Amino acid sequence: MKDLFIEKLAEILECEISELSDDLVFRNHDRWDSLAFLSTIAMIDDHFGLVIMNDDFEPLKTISDILEYIESNK
Amino acid sequence: MNLYFEGIGIAGISAAVPPKIIDNLEPKDNFSPEETKRFVESTGIRFRRHTETGTCSSDLCFAAAEKLIEEMDIDRLDIQALIFVSHTPDYRRPATSIILQDRLGLKNAFALDINLGCSGFIYGLYTAFSFINSSQVNNILLLNGETLSKSYSLRDKSSGLLFGDAGAATLIKRDSNFGKSWFSLFSDGSRHHLIKAQAGGYRKQSSIETVEERLYPDGSIRSEEQGIMDGAGIFTFILSDVYRDINGLLDFAKFDVDQIDYFVLHQANHFALEHLRKKLKIPADKVPISLNQFGNTSGPSIPLTVTSCLNNIIKEQSKKIMFSGFGVGLSWGSAIMEVGPVYVGELITDI
Repeated sequence: MKDLFIEKLAEILECEISELSDDLVFRNHDRWDSLAFLSTIAMIDDHFGLVIMNDDFEPLKTISDILEYIESNK
Repeated sequence: MNLYFEGIGIAGISAAVPPKIIDNLEPKDNFSPEETKRFVESTGIRFRRHTETGTCSSDLCFAAAEKLIEEMDIDRLDIQALIFVSHTPDYRRPATSIILQDRLGLKNAFALDINLGCSGFIYGLYTAFSFINSSQVNNILLLNGETLSKSYSLRDKSSGLLFGDAGAATLIKRDSNFGKSWFSLFSDGSRHHLIKAQAGGYRKQSSIETVEERLYPDGSIRSEEQGIMDGAGIFTFILSDVYRDINGLLDFAKFDVDQIDYFVLHQANHFALEHLRKKLKIPADKVPISLNQFGNTSGPSIPLTVTSCLNNIIKEQSKKIMFSGFGVGLSWGSAIMEVGPVYVGELITDI
């Protein structure tokens, strides 16, 4: 699951997979913007069958936070 | 809530847009060329139509209604009700529908406004079908109009490039030749803040402060009386609630996706519609798109899409169509019915 998520997130952020470490604060990434946000929500829905609502996404800070959220809610 | 009707249907439809075309790829105040390019690529909205100052939603609806009444050769005295769905009325009071009743010469019609946005076509249809179903009323004129170019800031990063203006007229009739139709309607006020104008109503009345434009952290420039839209909140709403609603109504009416000829969806933006379409496993050729030409026009977007994309088809043939509208409120709903052969007016582009 983790590999697929990182691969898809790298496509959205148009960056190398190696840039996306577990503790990366994704909102600080150069290419994180409103469209990257929507694309990430859509990607999680497409690949993990989960729509993360805004209020639930807000507290997630790092890539591992997102992965943990998906793991415990899917 | 899901419910159905029988022997009531759409007899005619027409739409109007203003002549002024806005090209989103031309330079825009408060947007860099990169921002406008990215916006067009993701939303699919290249062109929009904006009214001039002084032209209202009601003027677009009036033009669409006049054309429909003239070309269908309808006796104006036979129209027994007029419903105007909009959140861009002419005045705070009286209701715009009552002024339109006079302008259109509908002397026998009672008239009322419904204050809804992107779900407005579904709610307007449902209200018309319900009036006919429960009374002696046989013919209702439904008008959906919006001039959101006047109620949002053109320098807002979320909505400044999104909206276009349009008006539409739909004639709804009682006729035993019409088959069954199915509706769903939902509201959720707990998310009313996702699309909202904070001031200018009676909770926070208009003042010098509320019309003053301010700069916000995301670079948007707008006043408190201009609308705000939380794009991410609306996107998750579409992928969750709207997705469930469309599947739910298909289940209730006992149809599969492949038994529906067209899904005419509120033209929110291409990014959201594509994700919704793929999630519902609907082939692309069943989902007509008009937003590339007209932008997001809110309530009229469904009849405008029918008029501009399906006109040649439903003039000649009957098609099973699912409509779905969703947005401000939050308010959403869907309808399934056979439409056609019906009158479809050629799109009016000179109001």
